[in-house]
Amino acid sequence: MEGKKTNKLEEKILYLSPSPHVKSGESVPRIMWTVVITLMPATIMGVYFFGIRALWVILVSIATAVITEASIQLMRRKKITVYNGSAVITGLLLALCLPPSIPYYAVIIGTFFGIAVGKHAFGGLGYNIFNPALIGRAFLQASFPVKMTTWTPTLLQQKCVDAVTTATPLGLFKFEKVTTPYVDLLWGNVGGCIGETCAIAIIAGGIILLVLRYADWRIPLSYLGTVAILGGIFWLINPEQYPDPLFHLLAGGLMLGAFFMATDMVTSPSTPLGSWIFGIGAGTLLIIIRLFGGLPEGVMYSIILMNSVTPLINMFTRPKILGEKK
Amino acid sequence: MKVLTFRKGIHPKEFKELTEHKPIEKLPTPKEVFIPLQQHIGSPAKAVVQKGEEVKAGQIIGESTGFISSYIHASINGKVKTIDTFLHPLGLSTQTVHITSSEEANPLVTDSDTKSWESLSKEDIISIIEKSGIVGLGGATFPTHVKLKPPKDKPIDTFILNGCECEPYLTADHRMMLDFTDKVVQGVLIITRTLGVKKAYIGIENNKPDAIEKMSKATSKIPEIEVVALKTKYPQGAEKMLIKAVLDRTVPAGGLPMDVGVVVNNVGTALAIYEAVVENKPLIERVVTVTGNGIKEPKNLLIPIGTKLKDVIDYCGGLTGDNIKVIMGGPMMGITIGSLEVPVIKGTSGILCLKDGKNFAETVYPCIGCGSCTRVCPMNLLPTKLARLSEKGMWEMANKMGILNCIECGSCAYVCPSHIPLVQHIKVGKFMVNQLKK
Repeated sequence: MEGKKTNKLEEKILYLSPSPHVKSGESVPRIMWTVVITLMPATIMGVYFFGIRALWVILVSIATAVITEASIQLMRRKKITVYNGSAVITGLLLALCLPPSIPYYAVIIGTFFGIAVGKHAFGGLGYNIFNPALIGRAFLQASFPVKMTTWTPTLLQQKCVDAVTTATPLGLFKFEKVTTPYVDLLWGNVGGCIGETCAIAIIAGGIILLVLRYADWRIPLSYLGTVAILGGIFWLINPEQYPDPLFHLLAGGLMLGAFFMATDMVTSPSTPLGSWIFGIGAGTLLIIIRLFGGLPEGVMYSIILMNSVTPLINMFTRPKILGEKK
Repeated sequence: MKVLTFRKGIHPKEFKELTEHKPIEKLPTPKEVFIPLQQHIGSPAKAVVQKGEEVKAGQIIGESTGFISSYIHASINGKVKTIDTFLHPLGLSTQTVHITSSEEANPLVTDSDTKSWESLSKEDIISIIEKSGIVGLGGATFPTHVKLKPPKDKPIDTFILNGCECEPYLTADHRMMLDFTDKVVQGVLIITRTLGVKKAYIGIENNKPDAIEKMSKATSKIPEIEVVALKTKYPQGAEKMLIKAVLDRTVPAGGLPMDVGVVVNNVGTALAIYEAVVENKPLIERVVTVTGNGIKEPKNLLIPIGTKLKDVIDYCGGLTGDNIKVIMGGPMMGITIGSLEVPVIKGTSGILCLKDGKNFAETVYPCIGCGSCTRVCPMNLLPTKLARLSEKGMWEMANKMGILNCIECGSCAYVCPSHIPLVQHIKVGKFMVNQLKK
């Protein structure tokens, strides 16, 4: 008997796999880390305005997010996937929409809740209904209402005025009818959450996301557009009572929300028409909350509420199949 | 020239430069061939030769067994060694005729007398095409003679020759249009007259300007044939996309091109039709692009049907590199082959060898709802939704969401950042839905 089979061709293992055999090279980690990078301008400006304490809030939040996710995956005997960057985004985003003076223990509690309940209770990445960062923030808003509405002036403001606390531009207008100059709003030299004050930095990062198609442009456009139009209508009716549309756009957390939270792929619709509906719905809710609600700000709730109807929107906006008769 | 196209789709890197400038070469007659009796859609052919029988290239060895079936021919002169089941590229369990070559080198075609086809009747032409075993050579392998006699209630007014070759790497159709221009054009004329249509288009993607130019020149004096340039975009060569681009007609969901009065054939099929009708040469060989970074010398080869992949790859200098994946067809829709013993069949448009397979095993993430698959699906489906329904065994819902409309082009899986094998899930779903419908 002959021992070895002789083969003209060297023995090579041939790999089997389903088609297609070429890929675009896109990946979930690449998307997630890109989002983190595009949040850097807003992060840097937040630290610039609110000092080293803001940086600590951000780091504590990110660390809590990563540790929470890893522990849960460890406990559930799942693969640990914190390297893909999605927990880092949640931690970072949550920190950016917290007041700079928030106690560290509150940061830890909020982030833990966002990751554990907002994300992993639903099954982890891809299965959550709500934006985890906003769930964390909503939990803090309910648990620490005073700490969540205590605002510190920026370092620049502290040089001019000797004050420990201040109010946000939205709060100033709602309760005292005081307007804030647009330059301050654009540049970010106003009281507010760590990463929401500098509109220019947020827009710069947001546009990169849109260009890379990591966020659907329809969502910020329809969200901001609806706010501008509805806000404008009320302003025309009564300019004394209601702020002008530009103020609506630049003040508060709208820019951060429109570019980085409403566009979260997991919790926003995946059809083009759905994106329009999502943005218009969020914009309408925002105006209702800001003008007629008890709170000066409504970004968080407007997005969370629209998150809850996203599966429904997806169902009703299924595109027509090519050649399908309706 | 106006450039036409369809909505959505993708732009994968082409890699056609490996072979697009290499003229078609003839593979030397192999020592043995393995010819499966099923190489087409429909019922398998029935063997009409015996073990030990001498056969000549071009001789019928398998007879058509139904309305949708096809003839199979010997591709070399030699002796039938066995008729048994053998490895099949599609994994079909089918009878295969094993022919060993007779000692002396043999010319493939026995009868080289050409004849004029103009005097032949429609029925004669269709009968020749049927007897010559011609099937769609783009890869679908639907028997061509069936396509050429559409039912009475489906009047056909246009023929389109599919010269898109939108799969990356493949250049067989491209080279046929350059190397056998007149034969392809004559093939188009034969089809056009047989169908009795007034208008024929030749659709070519604009990444093949030389083919567009040469085909335009060759058809400049033929009023009924028009060459149209199409945007280079995948899957431009899918029938429904091609018809949309060229005629702006939409094939109804679940329908066929004939529902909008169109017949589409591939370049290779037109060439085969010419050779069958004019040169009396049945479909016993085809042009195959052998390419990829895993093969020493990429080539466009004319290969006898039934030649083992091993013989083809040996002729091209062998495989190079580690972790090789051998794909029959193009990289978007082709299937990986587990053994080089499998034969080239009528539907083999390419043999693609890719090395460095480590990145083949990509990490799969859960769907993050990015919507990329929806943005590229040329059929306007929701691929991730269909895949998920299929995975969960929700066949009825999948059917309602239009899973059967999927053309399996792979655009969705190409862009998916979560690397979900969407096409695989959908293929399973389609199979199950079809089973349940029976």
